Amino acid sequence: MTALYNRALGGKSGTVGLITLCVLLFLVFPMFLDNFRLAMMSKYLSYAFVAVGLVLCWGNGGILSLGQGLFWGFGGYCMAAFLKLEAAHNIAAEKGSDQIRALSTVGLPDFMDWNQITELPYIWYPFRSFSLTLALVFLVPTLLAYIVGTAMFKRRVGGVYFALITQALCWIMEIGFVTRQGWTGGINGITDLRTCMGWDIRTKSAKLILYFVTSGLLVGCVVVGRFILSSKLGRLLVAMRDGEDRVRFSGYSVSNLKTFIFCVAAAMSALGGALFSINVGFMSPKLVTIEPSIYMVIFCAVGGRYSLLGAIYGTILVSYGKTYFSEMFPNLWYFLMGSVFILVTRFFPEGLAGAVNHFGPMLGRKIGSLLSRPAQPALPGGAVAMLESERTN
Amino acid sequence: MSTELQIKDLTVSFDGFKAVDNLTFSVDHEELRVVIGPNGAGKTTLLDLICGKTKPTGGSIRFNGRDLCRLHENSIVRYGVGRKFQTPSIYPKLTVFENLEISFPRGRGTWGSLFFKQSQDVRDRIREVAREIFLSDHLQTPGEHLSHGQKQWLEIGMVLIADPKLMLLDEPVAGMSHRERQQTADLLRRICKGRSVVVIEHDMDFVKQIAHKVTVMHQGKLLVEGTMEEVQANEKVKEVYLGD
Repeated sequence: MTALYNRALGGKSGTVGLITLCVLLFLVFPMFLDNFRLAMMSKYLSYAFVAVGLVLCWGNGGILSLGQGLFWGFGGYCMAAFLKLEAAHNIAAEKGSDQIRALSTVGLPDFMDWNQITELPYIWYPFRSFSLTLALVFLVPTLLAYIVGTAMFKRRVGGVYFALITQALCWIMEIGFVTRQGWTGGINGITDLRTCMGWDIRTKSAKLILYFVTSGLLVGCVVVGRFILSSKLGRLLVAMRDGEDRVRFSGYSVSNLKTFIFCVAAAMSALGGALFSINVGFMSPKLVTIEPSIYMVIFCAVGGRYSLLGAIYGTILVSYGKTYFSEMFPNLWYFLMGSVFILVTRFFPEGLAGAVNHFGPMLGRKIGSLLSRPAQPALPGGAVAMLESERTN
Repeated sequence: MSTELQIKDLTVSFDGFKAVDNLTFSVDHEELRVVIGPNGAGKTTLLDLICGKTKPTGGSIRFNGRDLCRLHENSIVRYGVGRKFQTPSIYPKLTVFENLEISFPRGRGTWGSLFFKQSQDVRDRIREVAREIFLSDHLQTPGEHLSHGQKQWLEIGMVLIADPKLMLLDEPVAGMSHRERQQTADLLRRICKGRSVVVIEHDMDFVKQIAHKVTVMHQGKLLVEGTMEEVQANEKVKEVYLGD
């Protein structure tokens, strides 16, 4: 029991950090954000899954993937395919509606109809079943990561070369999805998703519930990540990052370890993608290509690539900044984003979490000395707890 | 005494340059062999070949009857061959304890390492090895904070904790003080109980202290083999070391 507490929650300080995150996600955000902003938050959190995965494989394992959108996208497309089929069936059931009259093949997703496909492609068959879809959400991207990982790591491809290959894969995926219009919805992607097993996912209450589900699963991913990082495997990742040959000549298969952590990161990304589809109601190739993949790396870098929690805060902050600034200065935004990335990697290679680690204790002492003069109990408990947590993560 | 390591006609060429050229030699059980030779003689390449880092172009390496050339690096390690590199390669961000823990020969598979339990026998063994390599007081020190000599010891410890049957040590006393060299010499004499050790070293005083037998390499070939006295008296060796 204590072992589990220490390993999955990270002991006392880790637990404080996790609780702070939970308070933010489950209490503060739902209380203070309106429906629109909260729905936005669900979207951001679905990206945070990728950032958490990147902390594992990039920050700790030293494997920089610039193509995590690939896995995120496959997860998202699997989920979207299921929801789309259901939407198509629902439309088919609405007798005589305008929509149904416009379609020549009832019960098929609209984009298939537009592409003169008259029968459901075989590749879509599994998405009739929800449980099969859930399995595929994890299986497809993980298997892909396994194949890519085995092929690359066994040949000792690493560093920049690996990053470039992941980018290329991302691009191939985009081309594939855009050109196979009849199967994938082409450049528009899969849109107009309405219900999940009969449950309308567009209502306010559904959005709220989905927000909580997303948050809960994200916290789950952090716990899984903690468990991995606190195991001997976690220390091996760090060891591998700094001295691959030493690990190899201590009798470990470096390629197997790398493939494993790459697969874990892919599975987490896929879960995020699936949650995006169900939260936002569509999935398109523009969301899974190179540019978003690089954003995901920036989220992770800004938050702190060694810190599971930091990556989440980084994602939320940068995404919020992106929404805010791109509304105000659409053209300047890219420059701002670029400079933030350069500044962070140049001056705070450990990101926000690193900065908090560095300045947190100083600030803590300042606050402590200020508070100890008047006989008052510690005031900003939340702030202190947050600092505490960042420091240890 | 039985022969543990048998190398026969071993050759490796990099773009036509033969770093190791038709080398044949063997090491016995519980023997401490030192390989010396001028720079570029192929000493480090020889160790690379034995531990699988480099694959030979010809010849064979047999260890306890098994052909090592056919195995992957990690399988060679699991078969009982441990290697210490020339520049101490330890994990700088991990503590001495963690460095040794990672090198402990259990939980080497992916799942094994994920569910590896740090049980009492593991901790005992880590402390035992730490005592052996003079780092008992530094168990919680991160690797990067150790002195150069201590890093050397740590890497020896990391190889030692796996209890290999053959230890390959590449310049174990480089950068060590005189006292540290003494301690290392004692350490190596203790280590070679129950296993064979191959050491590459330049420091002749140190070689004299530890070597059972010395092999001199020159331009990838075996020049002379024998006791330290024999080797030192050899004309060819003098020529190679003193130049033309």
